[in-house]
Amino acid sequence: MKRLGTTLLLVAVAALAGGPAAAQVAVRAETLHTVSGPPIRNAVVIAGADGKIEWVGPAADANIPDGARVLEAAVVTPGLVDPHSVVGLSGALNSNVGPVRDQDQLERSSPIQPDLRAIDAYDANETLVEWVRSYGVTTLHTGHGPGALISGQTMIAKTRGRNVEQATLVPARMLAATLGNAVSSNFQSPGTSSKGVAMLRGAFIGAQAYLEEVRKAEEAGDEDESSDDNGDEDSEGHHDGDAKPAPKPPPRDLAKEALGQVLDGELSLLITANTVPEIAAALRLQSEFGFDLVLDGAAESYLLLDEIREAGVPVVLHPTMSRVRNGSYETAAKLADAGIPFALQTGFEGYVPKTRVLLWEAAIAAANGLGRERALEAITLSPARILGIDDRVGSIEVGKDADLALFDGDPFEYTSHICGVIIEAEVMSTECR
Amino acid sequence: MRKRTRPFTLILALAALYVALPAAAQEEPHVFRGAQILPIVGPPIDSGVLVVQGGKITDVGGPDTRAPRGAVEHDLSGKVLMPGLVDTHSHVGSVSGGDRSSPLHPEVRNLDSIDVAADSVWRARAGGITTLNMMSGSGHLMSGQTAYVKLRDGARTIEDWLYCDDPLTGICGGMKMANGTNSIGSPPFPGTRSKSAALVRNLYHEAVAYVEKMAEAETEDGDDEDDDEDAPAKRDLRMEALAEVLAGDRIVQHHTHRHNDIATVLRLKEEFGFRVVVQHGTESWKVAEELAAAGVPVSITWIDSPGGKEEVIDWNMEMAALLEQAGVDVAFNTDDSVTDSRLLFRAAAIAVRYGMSREKALEALTLAPARMLGLEDRIGSLEAGKDADFVVLSGDPLSVYSKVEQTWVEGTMIYDRSNPDHRKYAVGGYKVYRTTAEEEHMTQQLLSGETGETR
Repeated sequence: MKRLGTTLLLVAVAALAGGPAAAQVAVRAETLHTVSGPPIRNAVVIAGADGKIEWVGPAADANIPDGARVLEAAVVTPGLVDPHSVVGLSGALNSNVGPVRDQDQLERSSPIQPDLRAIDAYDANETLVEWVRSYGVTTLHTGHGPGALISGQTMIAKTRGRNVEQATLVPARMLAATLGNAVSSNFQSPGTSSKGVAMLRGAFIGAQAYLEEVRKAEEAGDEDESSDDNGDEDSEGHHDGDAKPAPKPPPRDLAKEALGQVLDGELSLLITANTVPEIAAALRLQSEFGFDLVLDGAAESYLLLDEIREAGVPVVLHPTMSRVRNGSYETAAKLADAGIPFALQTGFEGYVPKTRVLLWEAAIAAANGLGRERALEAITLSPARILGIDDRVGSIEVGKDADLALFDGDPFEYTSHICGVIIEAEVMSTECR
Repeated sequence: MRKRTRPFTLILALAALYVALPAAAQEEPHVFRGAQILPIVGPPIDSGVLVVQGGKITDVGGPDTRAPRGAVEHDLSGKVLMPGLVDTHSHVGSVSGGDRSSPLHPEVRNLDSIDVAADSVWRARAGGITTLNMMSGSGHLMSGQTAYVKLRDGARTIEDWLYCDDPLTGICGGMKMANGTNSIGSPPFPGTRSKSAALVRNLYHEAVAYVEKMAEAETEDGDDEDDDEDAPAKRDLRMEALAEVLAGDRIVQHHTHRHNDIATVLRLKEEFGFRVVVQHGTESWKVAEELAAAGVPVSITWIDSPGGKEEVIDWNMEMAALLEQAGVDVAFNTDDSVTDSRLLFRAAAIAVRYGMSREKALEALTLAPARMLGLEDRIGSLEAGKDADFVVLSGDPLSVYSKVEQTWVEGTMIYDRSNPDHRKYAVGGYKVYRTTAEEEHMTQQLLSGETGETR
């Protein structure tokens, strides 16, 4: 995509500077929050042409290649990672009538639809994608929202690219599930929380049977292959007398496949559960089916800290300022103090604001017991770990994606500005806002 | 003095107790020293002194300000003290207005619904808000008469909070109106913007005729007092309220977002001559000059992203700065539960981030909204003679890390963060905010994306 001349020039510059590769961007920071380690004063980050971080360290030791674009900022952090959003599926116009239909986060035709994929709906050009990027979000875990027992598959995107293919980091990461009254308001059945759990259990048991059928068919297929020269069986799998017919693979069922992927650990189950009974039911389901559970929302998690910690389940906490019942500004601090892995999200908004600003949600948590360092981790490295992409994003380390956010002061202060966003060494914006 | 007989002292003490303790607290002078005082009407005063007596401010000044003898001393060193916040747009207190029988309810009083014991009011106290315009939603062209309230301590009924002396005779608030998409619906509600305006114009012309008729009747009475052929004028609650609007005594608090809807509001103001405040005014920055020329102020509900509905897609983070530059009076409101009363300060802070001056941003939380309620003579700044409504902060009011430590109304502390029973309302938690059925209904509508009730 780069013009040949520029590439040649960069290569030439790199050769002259004796650097390891053609650096595209270097950022000087008065304070650099790597998040993986302590903050570095007067630091430099050098991003390579491959979009990866090439070098991080004190400015005195930095060897910024000639020709690299150099940016400066008072504070530099990793690009922010939003661990749960509906941006890209739920658009700013909030309309599902007339020519404009931009609400694809919830399908109401059935309460369990694991076959719905976020990648089939994600709009990389949606206004709100640019909006969240302008406030530092470079990685977005988005997709089907809360409101159905299983609303669909989520995806992980970088907040850039002209289309979903260019934006996608992980095409399918979790299945989004919801427990409690939030489902009953969208469907005739389940009309109660218990019915919802029963329906989910039924769906997973159905998926277990489906997996079993698939497995048996595969085993039989393997046997067929290994006993090809035996000649005892005819092509239909019949052989003499009492032998059962070799099982055929079941017809493909996309919903059961997706549930099966949850049972096999290929997809996590993101369960939106806010009340104590909902959280307890989520943990109960997890112990029954053994899937990889991520608790979402978790408004009353401060009442079940021991249970959540013992279950080893991470929490993607509701936005600090959201209107969730029994929510507290101090829940983030309590989760942190209890040693429970958690991250802060922007969640789903049905009206105004249509999306929240992750930075400002973390700011309120920072000011209510969490503190700056832990609040920053809760929107960078911690969500990256929960999403399983901490080898790529979430901290400023050599070899990771060069996703950076530049600030003119404390990132959490209302009156500070974000003055630059970089994704994989590409400078997305430099205006202060 | 000390030689008085014991029984007399006892009687005095008992009398003081009997007269009511909160009142006693107000009668003796209180002096607050050491804080940086932000009077709003002048520059910040370092190590300032605020003197309060009888619920009023008696003096404000620098460290040399003299306090009356025997004043109760409060050391606020290291703190910031500023006027109590004024929220021109709030739905706390379980407030409701007109029903679905009509799009126009001028006779409906919001004050008849307000629950002074509602948990939601604690969000306001914890947020440093001392005066609110509690009002019904925007699902009607005219949803009712709003209530200007002050969060006085120990209220038992709404009467204890009102600014008017008597709801039967006084004007106790504004008139909530709305245009744009929220108030559009199926009959009897209007189906278009033009119809919305026509319904409102017809109603106001009816009121103009009513006012004329009443004036004539009064003149005739004067001329001809013994004429018993004239039936006594029949009372019309709808027309009485609208007559107050036409006289400029009842301010129209007008929900409106789009530039053309704002222009419609200005056209109505021109036609009927009422006083009006633009509430929300999402696209007011597009018609800033027209608003400035008409002298119409804007009370902004601060949201963090554009959209949620088509009308608010052009939300502009620089709007407060643009309005300030054009000379429009600006306030910030919470529209609680759309935004949280505990976070009204952040609206001003983020407006400063986007170019508003610090002075105007602080005024937009205090004196500017006081003007929008016609209460600027009593509240909104720290000046001798004004009500002793103020807030004590741990630091800069524009910092996310600052906390509201105390909220005072008329010389009485109504919120104290150091008291765990109060602090819980600042942070939330299990069953802290129980919410009423009405508030729950509104919240659920917000969460599910149904429109028609608030913003």
